[in-house]
Amino acid sequence: MEEHKFLINFSKQFDETDPELIKIDTNFRELDEWSSLTALSVMAMSDTEYGVNLTAEDLGKSSTLADIYRIIKGKL
Amino acid sequence: MEAKIKAISYYLPEKVFDNQEINELFPEWSIDKISSKTGIYNRHISNDDEFSSDMAVKVAEKLFEEHQIDRNHIDFILLCTQSPDYFLPTTACIVQNKLGIPTSCGALDFNLGCSGFVYGLGLSKGLIYSSVATNVLLITAETYSKFIHPQDKSNRTIFGDAASATLITMNDGFAEIGSFELGTDGKGAENLIVKKGGLRFPGLSLQNEDVLDEFGNVTNPGKLCMNGAEIFSFTSTAVPELIKNVLSKNNILADEVNLYIFHQANKYMLNHLRKKINIEEEKFYYFLEDCGNTVSSTIPIALTEAKKEDKLKGNVLLAGFGVGYSWAGCLLKIS
Repeated sequence: MEEHKFLINFSKQFDETDPELIKIDTNFRELDEWSSLTALSVMAMSDTEYGVNLTAEDLGKSSTLADIYRIIKGKL
Repeated sequence: MEAKIKAISYYLPEKVFDNQEINELFPEWSIDKISSKTGIYNRHISNDDEFSSDMAVKVAEKLFEEHQIDRNHIDFILLCTQSPDYFLPTTACIVQNKLGIPTSCGALDFNLGCSGFVYGLGLSKGLIYSSVATNVLLITAETYSKFIHPQDKSNRTIFGDAASATLITMNDGFAEIGSFELGTDGKGAENLIVKKGGLRFPGLSLQNEDVLDEFGNVTNPGKLCMNGAEIFSFTSTAVPELIKNVLSKNNILADEVNLYIFHQANKYMLNHLRKKINIEEEKFYYFLEDCGNTVSSTIPIALTEAKKEDKLKGNVLLAGFGVGYSWAGCLLKIS
């Protein structure tokens, strides 16, 4: 699992957000476009790209992309 | 002996709640975004004085009229609802009387959500095979809109009210009901719940109990509370397994299924499941544009529309999943 590829996969879940704003230390909840729908998109991406079932609890205890990246990597 | 679906009709309340109204109430959600992500354009909302029994009566009358069905031949009413008129009596008893179905019929309610229609087919098949009944009227009726907080953007966007009526008969009909796979996991109970109003937590909801979630949805324990992310995670795991087991219980391969009709939760979730299970788009039926997620009525509504489009052929696989957690799948063999 590659960090750069993860960032791209994460950015693809957003329609209106500049990918430049999405970095590994970004607090995703501070992105204007973060919504219940983008949360589901990120969960779906984790399932499709990495075969990892990212739970609501996993998302709840994460604040940055790095947190999510670590959780997915730990479940691989 | 065979148990077959003979006819299906559905009813949508007159009042329409469209994406433009949602956008006016919640300007941060553009009309395009709502339709592209959820696949929903309109939801139908029951009037303040229209309840599950009213919708059940309307849809059954529609079934009798559209398919020339003699109500005197019905010997069992199964009514699936989670929004009944009363704690007691049973909604199905009220409906029997209003419809003028003979008093010799059996009638009961059962409380299930999105898995309810498939469960109802299983119960009907059991009643027919055990010679308890020969003509079962299966009704689904939900007024979830009455459970939803006015400021709960997510749930107001997804859910609509509806009712369906299906006649299941012995040996006569267009779809033979095959074998079932069921599943239950009550550990998900808290993730889709109306907590107050029953006996454990009686009383009406209070304004000062309102809770704002991180996505800006407002709800309270007297209203429908859904943890969408948990539900998504549950379906991603449970549904692929459900489909695999329905296929094996019916001794068929995935290639032999002509059409898959899933509970129409929302387009986003359906697309994810379809891709995960590897189902071709042509074999996967969608119908939520004009009604949204109508809980136990989504599958019978989709079946009705698929039949109109002449898409019901060969093997049709049904799958319902949601609140409980509860899930159910079965195969229909179309003749």
